[in-house]
Amino acid sequence: MALLIVILFSVSGSLILYRFIVGPTLSDRVVAFDVMSIVSVSFLLILALYFQRELYLDIALVMGLIGFLGATIFGRFIEKGI
Amino acid sequence: MLDYIGIAFLLLASVAFFISSFGLIRMPDVYTRIHVGTKASTIGTILIIIGACFLEPSWSFKLLLLGAFILLTNPLSSSVIARATHNSKKES
Repeated sequence: MALLIVILFSVSGSLILYRFIVGPTLSDRVVAFDVMSIVSVSFLLILALYFQRELYLDIALVMGLIGFLGATIFGRFIEKGI
Repeated sequence: MLDYIGIAFLLLASVAFFISSFGLIRMPDVYTRIHVGTKASTIGTILIIIGACFLEPSWSFKLLLLGAFILLTNPLSSSVIARATHNSKKES
């Protein structure tokens, strides 16, 4: 059952990485980065459940914070330039 | 019994993530990509947090804190990206 979850997560990660590489404009890449940060937070929760470590939840919280800040700062860069 | 409910929630969440990333490939426009990517992945994260609360009930405070954080910041970042794309398209 864990193998099926890992396979679904890796397929979705590869599709997001395809959009990140191919995406025609900058906004597509920023959207792909945002979705990838959320997927990595959720995969870290799966790892915390699999290895029985409570410490990974704090790492997931910090990773979600950094992903949100990155998406917001790139939105500001799209709007006003660097 | 609680373990089976939690694993069912985790499977549903990974299917939601697969739908989100498939829509990110399939949709034709930037705004529809923002829509399908952010909404379906928010649903997937909330389902994973519910499933983890079923599997490990002693972690539920940190998990609910993380769920509230993601439920608060995820629509905000998608709204910021959509607004920035719209404003930068209107000027050029």
